[in-house]
Amino acid sequence: MQLLQQLVNGVSLGAIYALIALGYTMIYGVLRFINFAHGDVFMVGSYMGYFAATVWVSHFFPVGTLPNTILVFLLAMMICALLGATIEFLAYRPLRNRPKLTVLITAIGVSLFLEYTGQLVFGPNPRGFPAIIPNAPLIHTASVTINTVQVVVISVSLGLMIALRVIVMKTKIGTAMRAVSFNQQAASLMGINISRVITFTFIIGSALAGAGGVLYASQYPSIEPLMGILPGLKAFVAAVLGGIGNIPGAALGGLIIGLVETFVSGTGASTYRDAIAFGILIAILVFRPSGLLGKREVEKV
Amino acid sequence: MKSYYSLLLAVVVIIGASFLTPMLNTYILGRIMYIGIMISMAVSLNLINGFTGQFSLGHAGFMAIGAYTSAVVTTWASTHGGSILHNNDPAMFLVALVLGGVLAAVAGLGVGIPSLRLRGDYLAIVTLGFNEIIRVLIQNLDFKIDGVDYIGGARGFSVLPMTTFVWVFITAAVVVFCVENLVNSTYGRGFLAVRDDEVAAEAMGVDTTKFKVRAFVTGAFFAGVGGGLFAHSNYNITPLDFTFLTSIDIVVIVILGGMGSTVGVILAAIVLTTLSESLRSVPQYRMIIYSLLLVILMITRPQGLLGPKTLGRLFKRRQKPTVDPVKG
Repeated sequence: MQLLQQLVNGVSLGAIYALIALGYTMIYGVLRFINFAHGDVFMVGSYMGYFAATVWVSHFFPVGTLPNTILVFLLAMMICALLGATIEFLAYRPLRNRPKLTVLITAIGVSLFLEYTGQLVFGPNPRGFPAIIPNAPLIHTASVTINTVQVVVISVSLGLMIALRVIVMKTKIGTAMRAVSFNQQAASLMGINISRVITFTFIIGSALAGAGGVLYASQYPSIEPLMGILPGLKAFVAAVLGGIGNIPGAALGGLIIGLVETFVSGTGASTYRDAIAFGILIAILVFRPSGLLGKREVEKV
Repeated sequence: MKSYYSLLLAVVVIIGASFLTPMLNTYILGRIMYIGIMISMAVSLNLINGFTGQFSLGHAGFMAIGAYTSAVVTTWASTHGGSILHNNDPAMFLVALVLGGVLAAVAGLGVGIPSLRLRGDYLAIVTLGFNEIIRVLIQNLDFKIDGVDYIGGARGFSVLPMTTFVWVFITAAVVVFCVENLVNSTYGRGFLAVRDDEVAAEAMGVDTTKFKVRAFVTGAFFAGVGGGLFAHSNYNITPLDFTFLTSIDIVVIVILGGMGSTVGVILAAIVLTTLSESLRSVPQYRMIIYSLLLVILMITRPQGLLGPKTLGRLFKRRQKPTVDPVKG
């Protein structure tokens, strides 16, 4: 088994999981619920990347050129941000202060709606994703091959994570986000507009999912309307693994899930690939429910 | 006591109705049997999701365990006939179904004990994960005994068509009878107490974990039996019959029917199964309608179309605020 190669593959897969996991964790942080539809926003991101690359942008810049790639990313992220904000406004906002179960069921409903509307609109058959990042081996030795796509995936993910960190830690809205996730009532008493913060969180989280969708599709260039389910669930596991609500935790969790999955596939047990993430989830919830970096929460009555 | 008579009456009616089934064509009869199986599935899930308030998304996993276990038993018995269990023997089928149920119940215990300490949304994901794990395991299982294929991995497992109208509806009647009697008994108030307010229930001395596990195990048992019936009403089962989308189908029935209302859930099973049948040629529309129904229903009528209030139940559903006033 080529250890180094698996490591590279695992990190680039994990980087994408981390991007999606950040959205889960941020939304959980402010609203305390699992946005099941997040994985499907990711799917929409891939499709928007597809249409942007092959139809909208290719009129001006051919596929594979740098302006095309940048515009594809920006368009996919913007449309996903809009979609996330719309979902929040239409489906989740009417349910503030309702029982958690109600919100959870709604989230499942939204997720199914996106999946099957996707099947209706985009067609159920997989489509080949255009090579918006020209794929060539960048480093090629006997033991390891690193492609340009992998380098782009890792560096774009890293860049977005740093940007997110700056937004959350240094800006006013980021401070408001942290305040809301710390204590919603107190934050609202301090004059923070909770609804605005929540909308902003959905915008950021969904934009990250959109970028993740384009990256994922560049790495595994076949997209279909149900493609978001499994990466979405695995990213959720990553968020829980790192400690839900904890932003560095989500990044760490994503990386771990990506690595474990790649290594298990590498050992020949690839048919069990999809079961691993859930196995990890059950183990983490049983032994350390607060996750690796999460703080233990005491439930007060 | 009265409910024993109603069970007896139901059995008599079902046996009577079974004499009419030769008049139906096989396709319609198959669909009617499928509705009956979905009633068993949904009513048993209602015990977990509706009455005990634990949100499980893994009912198809239990169904899969029951389906495959019973199919292994009937396949084995039919190829090793002549001993105690005979081919097409109702007793053999009963043994197969019960074994499937028992194994599903054991799985319910296995998944229940560690995960029932978790709160709603986590439990949903863990049960969903369990469902997927079961599916992946079955997909990787394939062996032969005396030249006969068992399980068959992703290719599927050929099953004897043994399920009949009487089997399906008597099972459904028994499931409804058991669930209704259980939750309306003194003992069964514990389930409702866990749902309505876990902390208060605990303070009153209700062992909440025990009740949750019991709901899980009972629900899983019936799901296993339902899975056995499902397997033997098809000629071939594959792991893809039991993905978490199947679980979501059942969950939608329970939610639409009104969590905690057996009559509502039965009606929803009939309506939704018929609806999805009429939309068979355009499966996307079916799921779009389902999903919109879920979202709109949760916003406008979270207790379901036929929630407990509609049926004039004694207990009221309490709306628990998400922001705990004490916690602030």
